[in-house]
Amino acid sequence: MIAVPALDLVLAALVLGVATWAVFTRESFAAVVGMVVFGLLLAIALVRLEAVDVALTEAALGSGLSGAVLIAAASRLRSAEAAVAAERPRPRAAAAALSAAVAAALATAVLSLPDPAPTLAPEAAGSLAATGVGNPVTAVLMAYRAMDTLLEKVVLLLALVGVWSLAKDRAWGGRPSQRQRADPRGALVFLARLLPPLGGVVGVYVLWAGADDPGGAFPGGTILAAMWLLVLMAGLADAPPVSRRPLRLLLVGGPALFVAVGLGGLWLGEAFLAYPRAWAKPLILAIEIPMTLTVAATLGLLFLGPPEREPRR
Amino acid sequence: MSAVELFGICGSAAVGLGLYGLVVDPRPLRKIVAFDLLGGGVFLLFAVVARRGVGAGFGGDPVPQALAITGLVVAFSATALASALLLRLFEASGRATLRSDAPADPGGEPDGG
Repeated sequence: MIAVPALDLVLAALVLGVATWAVFTRESFAAVVGMVVFGLLLAIALVRLEAVDVALTEAALGSGLSGAVLIAAASRLRSAEAAVAAERPRPRAAAAALSAAVAAALATAVLSLPDPAPTLAPEAAGSLAATGVGNPVTAVLMAYRAMDTLLEKVVLLLALVGVWSLAKDRAWGGRPSQRQRADPRGALVFLARLLPPLGGVVGVYVLWAGADDPGGAFPGGTILAAMWLLVLMAGLADAPPVSRRPLRLLLVGGPALFVAVGLGGLWLGEAFLAYPRAWAKPLILAIEIPMTLTVAATLGLLFLGPPEREPRR
Repeated sequence: MSAVELFGICGSAAVGLGLYGLVVDPRPLRKIVAFDLLGGGVFLLFAVVARRGVGAGFGGDPVPQALAITGLVVAFSATALASALLLRLFEASGRATLRSDAPADPGGEPDGG
């Protein structure tokens, strides 16, 4: 029996405490804030499990950007809160029993994994040199399982098409909703002028460092998206109309290049998405850099929501 | 009990809590929050499985970690799409509920779009 460090015990208790609060608290806004805190605590737990890449993505996307989307939704739904609050859930014994059974089954499954557990780490390490990257998670995402990553980009794009398709007919092709005007001498505008250059450098660094250290296209793209949204929220720039052609090209460019490289692998190499050995690292970078820009634009537009202002004719 | 086992139990419990909220709570925004909690528990379980498969000098098996990253992105897409649907429902019907017999909020402006 190994004693659990006190930090882990406290962390696990906090994660579950905040999750319980987010499920049972009365106000929707409080529940969303609880979810954001849950995501950040979860990121610390992931670092404790040496999954730093997952932790970065969880903090940026699962907690940060999801939280921003849901906080915006909760504040828009505030006028309906009173009517909705009447629909408080009644405790249901059957649902509680079902949830407890699922949790118990999962815990049993995880605890009864064979020791040593099956692992693909040696295989991932064995071919690492051929990919030219040093971070095994990046190697899995961009080389071994590049197909998953390609399809995930397509899912992001489909989600954006879904969000845009909720626009009213007359707003189609226009700009997403205008956020509130910020005080031009307030802290938000000051930060929106100060932070984006720094954030841009950090975002690009996280992308570049992702080749050998934790990081990569997704955390990097999320940081860039956050900087863009900061400028938009401060009112220093306006959201682009969704019909603008350069924007559309940016959205499609990343996945299109990925598919082109994949087809090139089919044509020159032995399979779809097979990189020639000498070209692996340059090709991975050639995919990752436009992909980061596409990810930043897609995430930002997913946050902004469907177009709501009519386009100028 | 080791730290890995502790977080395994913690992730399973988070999945259970999220599932309970998703099933029991009738409010759509709370269902989205509960779904995200459920997803967070699943990603923690992936990291636990990765940590169990430590080897080759890495802190954990990189394959489940990469799968969790892909999953996080898809979960965010689902959250954004679900909240856009909810806001559109509120805009169109003036209420933010899944009940079909609830009275419309007089302040809302019914609009078919």
